Amino acid sequence: MGIPNHWRTQHQRYRLVGEICQHCGAKLFPPRDVCPECSQPAYEPFTFSGRGQVYSHSTVLHAPRGYEEFVPYTVALVKLEEGPLVTAQLTDVDAGEAYIGMPVEMVTRKQREDGEEGAIIYGYKFRPVLQ
Amino acid sequence: MRDVSIIGIGQTKVGENWEKSLRQLAGEAVLAAMRDASIEMADMLYVGNMLSGEIAAQEHLGALVADFVGLRGIEAVKVEAACASGAAALRQAYIAVAGGMADVVIACGVEKMTDEVGEVVTSALALAGDGEYETFHGLSFVAINALLMQRYMYEFGWKHRDFAAFAVNAHQNAVHNPYAMFPKPITVEQFEQARLIADPINLMDSSPVADGAAAVVLCPTEQARAFTDNAVRIAASAVATDAVAIHDRPDPLFLQAVYTSAQKAYRQAGITPQDIDLFEAHDAFTIMAALSLEACGFAPRGQGVRLAQEGDIALDGRIPISTMGGLKGRGHPVGATGIYQVVEVVQQLRGQAGGNQIKDAHWGMAQNIGGSGATVITHIMEALS
Ligand SMILES: [Zn+2]
Repeated sequence: MGIPNHWRTQHQRYRLVGEICQHCGAKLFPPRDVCPECSQPAYEPFTFSGRGQVYSHSTVLHAPRGYEEFVPYTVALVKLEEGPLVTAQLTDVDAGEAYIGMPVEMVTRKQREDGEEGAIIYGYKFRPVLQ
Repeated sequence: MRDVSIIGIGQTKVGENWEKSLRQLAGEAVLAAMRDASIEMADMLYVGNMLSGEIAAQEHLGALVADFVGLRGIEAVKVEAACASGAAALRQAYIAVAGGMADVVIACGVEKMTDEVGEVVTSALALAGDGEYETFHGLSFVAINALLMQRYMYEFGWKHRDFAAFAVNAHQNAVHNPYAMFPKPITVEQFEQARLIADPINLMDSSPVADGAAAVVLCPTEQARAFTDNAVRIAASAVATDAVAIHDRPDPLFLQAVYTSAQKAYRQAGITPQDIDLFEAHDAFTIMAALSLEACGFAPRGQGVRLAQEGDIALDGRIPISTMGGLKGRGHPVGATGIYQVVEVVQQLRGQAGGNQIKDAHWGMAQNIGGSGATVITHIMEALS
């Protein structure tokens, strides 16, 4: 993906900005402009807290191109405290350390280096909440 | 709408076909299907394919394949719906014949995957997911399925070993399929000791990617007798969609599009799940086999694994699946798989399934799943003779 794509999605990737439906109150991440709950337009931005729990997880041992340097890395579905599930990598956990129900919080980390231009792409990951 | 039947089938052996190009694979399958149907001409050709641009450096497959098989000039296009591309091509062919737009239509599925190395194929397959919100985070297609399997094991208390019965059954059935990639039995121990890819999914949970092509020829049922004595009727053709990303689904462990397309198909055919004599399920991963059995109504939620463990999916069981090896044993040439499944159902309903023949098979179902369940295409076939 090129630079314009990363620029377009910066609010989502740096600050977890989604949307809230003004008709039914559903909180949406990622933003999608039409509420899947009530099919009404949903354009009002909503910034998520970034806190949640691990809903499921996996340790990736065979990475797609561009992610090889991170192997092994842990990916997860995180259930945000406001409701939505979000797909992301976990960070600051060793392989096999994650568990379902683990409290996590969002942090901004390097995602990958993009192609030959060498742009370093940042975005959200989740780390265990420090007890 | 006109009733539609399948009057010809063709397939190539699935595997690493280094010596054959994409057009040669497709050509071999299409020509075999045309010979089987005793036709020399067709009105239209639909080519199902997912990754030719990414892996085989070729798009524009409709014209390419039509020309290559001697059908230059006819209407022909490529159809794409990730791993469900094959059945999507059949669906388009069905619509064309049922709607009266054409009489003789060919649906072909083809995938050429072994021209590229592992990471390239891994990245290409991940295109089935949500690019900005799943694959951006480094999820392979296997990892997406692994998230489902991990949660499933947690919610319903299954161990990884419990899924072995799916892979063992598939490989056992592949033994008698001359077109299968891995016609060798496997043991539970081999299943357990296989190399991890994205935990809990290991190599034996996963279907192997491969090269392959398959094709079917359709015509109106009332004209089928003019071509062949062993036509098989398409009793139902149904498509449903869901959110591409699993995080966008209210209940990730319930494959809503599987449920919807299966229910539509049962209604069209006028039957219930109990009437199905065999089911070519989309067992790309063991977890997908379990989830699709549940959403199709063959098992209660969380109990798809039990069907496998208790032998209900075996050739002599209550609902035989993967009767010619499935995606796991026959191999998964992604965009071709949906047509292979239908070819295998036709073999069963014609009584041509050899050592794997299901006795008195009358109703056969094939279900092709795109991505982790976002496009699901169900066909039900009925024996005519
Ligand atoms: Zn709403």
